[in-house]
Amino acid sequence: MTEPDVGAQLEMLRSMLRIRRFEERLALLFKRGKLPGFVHLYIGEEAVAVGVCSALRAEDRITSTHRGHGHLLAKGAQADRMMAELFGRVTGYCRGKGGSMHIADFGVGIIGANGIVGGGIPIATGAAWGDRQLGRDLVTVSFFGDGASNQGVFFESMNLAAIWRLPVVFVCENNGYTEWTPTERLTAGKISGRSVPFGVPGLEVDGNDVLSVHAAARQAVRRARAGEGPAAPPRVPIGRPQRRRGSLLRPVPPGSRAAGMAEARPDRPPDRRANCAGGRDGRHRADRPGRAGGRGPSR
Amino acid sequence: MTERSQYFVRAMAEGLRDAMREDPSVVVIGEDVDRSIIGATRGLIDEFGAERVRNTPISEATFVGACIGAAAVGLRPVVDLMVGSFFYVAMDQVANQAARLRYMTGGQVELPIVYFTASGPSGSAAAQHSENPHPMLMNVGGLKVVMPSTPADAKGLMLAAVRDPNPVLYFQDAVLAGVRGPVPDQPYEVPIGVADVKREGDDVTVVAVGALVGRALRVAESLALEGVSVEVVDPRTLVPLDLDAIVGSVRKTGRLVVCDNARRTCGAASEIAAAVTEVAFPSLKAAPRRVAWEDVPVPFSPILEQRVLVDEERISAAVLAVLGKVPVEG
Repeated sequence: MTEPDVGAQLEMLRSMLRIRRFEERLALLFKRGKLPGFVHLYIGEEAVAVGVCSALRAEDRITSTHRGHGHLLAKGAQADRMMAELFGRVTGYCRGKGGSMHIADFGVGIIGANGIVGGGIPIATGAAWGDRQLGRDLVTVSFFGDGASNQGVFFESMNLAAIWRLPVVFVCENNGYTEWTPTERLTAGKISGRSVPFGVPGLEVDGNDVLSVHAAARQAVRRARAGEGPAAPPRVPIGRPQRRRGSLLRPVPPGSRAAGMAEARPDRPPDRRANCAGGRDGRHRADRPGRAGGRGPSR
Repeated sequence: MTERSQYFVRAMAEGLRDAMREDPSVVVIGEDVDRSIIGATRGLIDEFGAERVRNTPISEATFVGACIGAAAVGLRPVVDLMVGSFFYVAMDQVANQAARLRYMTGGQVELPIVYFTASGPSGSAAAQHSENPHPMLMNVGGLKVVMPSTPADAKGLMLAAVRDPNPVLYFQDAVLAGVRGPVPDQPYEVPIGVADVKREGDDVTVVAVGALVGRALRVAESLALEGVSVEVVDPRTLVPLDLDAIVGSVRKTGRLVVCDNARRTCGAASEIAAAVTEVAFPSLKAAPRRVAWEDVPVPFSPILEQRVLVDEERISAAVLAVLGKVPVEG
């Protein structure tokens, strides 16, 4: 498969940087006590959202997660209306009724972030059913995390999507932690293998490599869009960003144990391999000939 | 309008048929909806085909949730959940998703979905197949709840529910399935949120829902022989509640008995009694009484089940109690 041209790659880089800067600003605002509620930062996972959404048409749809800012920005949401929503303002996407975990923009195919882990998976499956039933050739992507892969609706939805041959792509972002516990202690086997019994092809890609994610997503989306037939079942690219920066930010009493955790994590330096979004260290990518250099998203 | 006698579940099916005829985006899904064990979807597949009448796997949470996504992109799904307790299986998608999406997105999207089910005790079905989960769902906020008591209301409320732009939960009290009543031939709507006075009276207002409406009417008939005039009000819709109609009746009679086919605690009877008391306290000549199930799981054994549930004897005793004719029990 050919790589996206330089212009497209630059656009991916811009998109990843936009997400990174947005989240960095949020972390700052949160530290200063300016943000109501709590936020989950997407720093370190930018390549997944951008790699996948760059493989979609503008009218295609996504459902997102509690950690959804990156998905929304990558799908075309406006940063100003998102920020207004995060501040609970009437000018926000949800008129201040939703906040960080519930931003939606149906105009650009964002059916919504979701505060319930796994909650968006059936909704995405249903959107794909609705579009198919109404004769549209749209694809819906369901983003969810490794934690959600242990929810019953993940298996149920894959089953429904398989028997109804729905144009839905399930994208699991495995960032290594389910809440605060390492994923491998809570999750049996390989998540990408979980689709196999349903006859749904699953594959694992490096979620820090935007071009790999994009290539996998493009293939999955094309097959999903092609519609019925045994060659066109839903696909499951599995992103694996190795480590994220901030995990969960929420107001906690200063000095408490929880406060120590919440404050410590955002300050932890990002893992080198998570630097796909133009971070401080490009060595991981520069080591790979043919992809790095000055043109790709590794810088 | 011409009408003929029809079974309750067939009247529901007529309402569904009318809705599917007028709008091709209306689809019906659920377990075995092609043949329909209880009957509300029977025959629809012959007229509308397998694309619009789809059997689902036994995955309540997922097919309840799938309807949210489908509705968000333009379908009008109707879901047969078959048994009231199955709402509990799908509770995240019902309460956290369907009830929330329109509000939490600042009104960006309408969600025209109907979730209907047979529910309530049907005779030794035991606790997992005897639930009427409407009290819990009334409390969720963001869901409309209807519960017809006659075949005519069943048909008209079904069409109204499908046309509504919000999720509507439609409860068919299981014992009513085979009840017959006059049903108009033509499509018609019974508006959501409008109560119906099923019998006029002067001494006591009895508010009853679902299958208890018929029992309340029989009690009213027999008490009339003793000179007691009972007014029977059927809310038909529990969310949004037609409080004006109920309060209007209580202002006339001065006495209130509320019968709910569900447990007492936080039930429809409790809500209606409290709401009426707040706004019409000066009109009340006696404390309102609730007639509802004991706060236990519905038993299997017939004799135990009878002890827990609401029968005519209990409704009658409550009416006489608010009239001061018998001592108040419990």
